[in-house]
Amino acid sequence: MATVTEKKAPKQKSDVTLHYLRPGKKFPNVWCPGCGIGIVMGAYIRALDKLGWDRNKVAMVSGIGCSSRMPVYLDFHALHTTHGRALPFATGVKFNRPDMNVVVITGDGDALAIGGNHFIHACRRNINITVILINNNIYGMTGGQGSPTTPSHSYSTTTPYGNAEKHFDPCTLAKAAGATFVARGTVANVPQLEKLASQALQHHGFSLLEVVTNCHTYYGRLNRMGDAVTMIQKFKEDAVMLGKAKKMTPEELEGKFIVGVLHEEEKTEFCDVYDQVVEHVSPK
Amino acid sequence: MAKENRQLLQGNAACVQGALYAGMRFFAGYPITPSTEIAEGSARELPKLGGKFIQMEDELGSIAAIIGASVSGAKAMTGTSGPGYSLMLENIGYAFMTEVPVVVVNVQRGGPSTGLPTKVSQSDTMQARWGTHGDYSSITVAPSTVGDTLTETIRAFNLAERFRTPVTILLDEVIAHSREIIRIPEPGEYEVIDRVKPTCPPEEYLPYEITENYVTPMPAYGEGYRYHITGLTHDQHGFPTNKPSEIIVKLDKLKKKIENYKDEITKIRVEMMDDAEIAIISYGSVSRAALQATMLAREAGVKVGCIQLYTIWPFPEKELLELCGKCQKVIVGELNMGQIVHEVERILPRDISINTIQRYDGEILTPVQILEKLEEVL
Ligand SMILES: Cc1ncc(C[n+]2csc(CCOP(=O)(O)OP(=O)(O)O)c2C)c(N)n1
Ligand code: SF4
Repeated sequence: MATVTEKKAPKQKSDVTLHYLRPGKKFPNVWCPGCGIGIVMGAYIRALDKLGWDRNKVAMVSGIGCSSRMPVYLDFHALHTTHGRALPFATGVKFNRPDMNVVVITGDGDALAIGGNHFIHACRRNINITVILINNNIYGMTGGQGSPTTPSHSYSTTTPYGNAEKHFDPCTLAKAAGATFVARGTVANVPQLEKLASQALQHHGFSLLEVVTNCHTYYGRLNRMGDAVTMIQKFKEDAVMLGKAKKMTPEELEGKFIVGVLHEEEKTEFCDVYDQVVEHVSPK
Repeated sequence: MAKENRQLLQGNAACVQGALYAGMRFFAGYPITPSTEIAEGSARELPKLGGKFIQMEDELGSIAAIIGASVSGAKAMTGTSGPGYSLMLENIGYAFMTEVPVVVVNVQRGGPSTGLPTKVSQSDTMQARWGTHGDYSSITVAPSTVGDTLTETIRAFNLAERFRTPVTILLDEVIAHSREIIRIPEPGEYEVIDRVKPTCPPEEYLPYEITENYVTPMPAYGEGYRYHITGLTHDQHGFPTNKPSEIIVKLDKLKKKIENYKDEITKIRVEMMDDAEIAIISYGSVSRAALQATMLAREAGVKVGCIQLYTIWPFPEKELLELCGKCQKVIVGELNMGQIVHEVERILPRDISINTIQRYDGEILTPVQILEKLEEVL
């Protein structure tokens, strides 16, 4: 990841990221050069830094996958769990300790396939957890198999003749399941991503930030989409701001994806409601 | 002196009482017969103490949630039966690897699969030892009465906290649903152990340091000690490793912290063994029938004694060898097709005749059946 080799560089924007790297960890990281996960990490850290949160009050919980490796590199409480289970672990942390800011880093396979049931129920509870779902349309870590967001007809190592299945839209799913903040960004627009991350972190309730990113190593290569830069460039072309999308016809939106805050509402939060129960039943 | 607090409780309710006594403040679970009353009791009692109860979407989530609660500072438990325990095994393994104290109650029913939801069994004995993949040492306790369920639950929490490990309580349907009058202990009557916390400055803290007793102090979230927890095999910093030398250190830690301290973990009840020529070995609800049968046989002049295993895992090898070494015959009673008996065969000398009495039809072993077996063996 670029920020690491820039350690001695004069003060520049990425310095803040360096400030949050976990001491004692032997770099380099596990990610391929050009992988978008590092971009997501940078945007997230800058958003968090601006919020000024005490890092002893931040718990990062992740599942298994390339994306889920992020917490090892960052100097917060880090719980790298089992495949798909980040959300129930995070639920345990948050419910036990509502004073902690709990952030889940997950991939499309981790959150929506093996962890799909946990995902919808965490949305339903509206527990105050922020999920950053790094969607690269494929299983990166295991070498390019199809995921629940691999588009129909796309290629992966387990869909060698094109994907016969339909794919999930994580944002629609989250909204329907009860999430109270749902947003989508892309690694092609980092200032926007940083802003969305900040909003998601600050939202009181379950928040989902889906980040559309590149796995050029597998998804890109198997679908002849070019290198990392070409893929990210394409995201720039395909991403449509919500406001603009509203004025477009379904035909015009074909092949595009909508970015921005897609859903936001105020609803009672799970831990708050339980606290009221405790207040009500505990002996006076 | 204040009046004794006596209550008519079923085993599942006694389990909740024991857990609360030990300081449980977090429970996550998913309903399943014959364990559901543990969740229901926790749902009712925990909020009164400022504790937390959550019904998760499944058992995969329940075990994950209690591990999350434990790393962030709570004493946490879940309760289930075979089908749920099978689902929990994934993250029970995670708790072994990451050394997170949690208590898991398995109220056994008949299996495999959905099996016999309302019938008794002891067929998850080996699963409790070896259920999750990989190499590790594990602790399992097995009460036999409603009263012991309370005290063994306290002990399970103490062992979990002392050894930083998941501890399984193997209950069975009979104990879980039998009602007996028990005395609720007063605070201070039983020792309650809490995990050791680090005292060094956070920058010097090694989250998986090899200490003298192989157990590393464990901070809660928010106490200034930020470290990485992973189910990947890790070094003493908690960072994933592939180095053979570091892999050995980690796996030896998991084993030695338990196997080297078996004396602290083993608990057995020994009755009438002094001059016994025959020993009846059992655990869980079978031990009640075994004790009754032993007393009746003694009245008839038979030199028989009985040994009840409260600690099943690690297996009390040394104690059984000492106790049974002088016997000519041993009878192992279990509600399964033969599980603990293989451990007994493994450790006892070849010249001792090892006999079994087993039931796996969903019914209990009665004292009369054990007496009949005794007659046959004599
Ligand atoms: C229970 C279990 N099943 C399968 C695996 C293997 N596995 C590791 S990562 C992964 C997929 C990860 O994909 P995704 O969540 O999309 O993350 P990415 O690597 O693309 O960031 C799988 C199947 C596992 N670790 N555990
Ligand atoms: S395999 Fe794909 S997702 Fe994983 S690090 Fe490489 S580019 Fe990123």
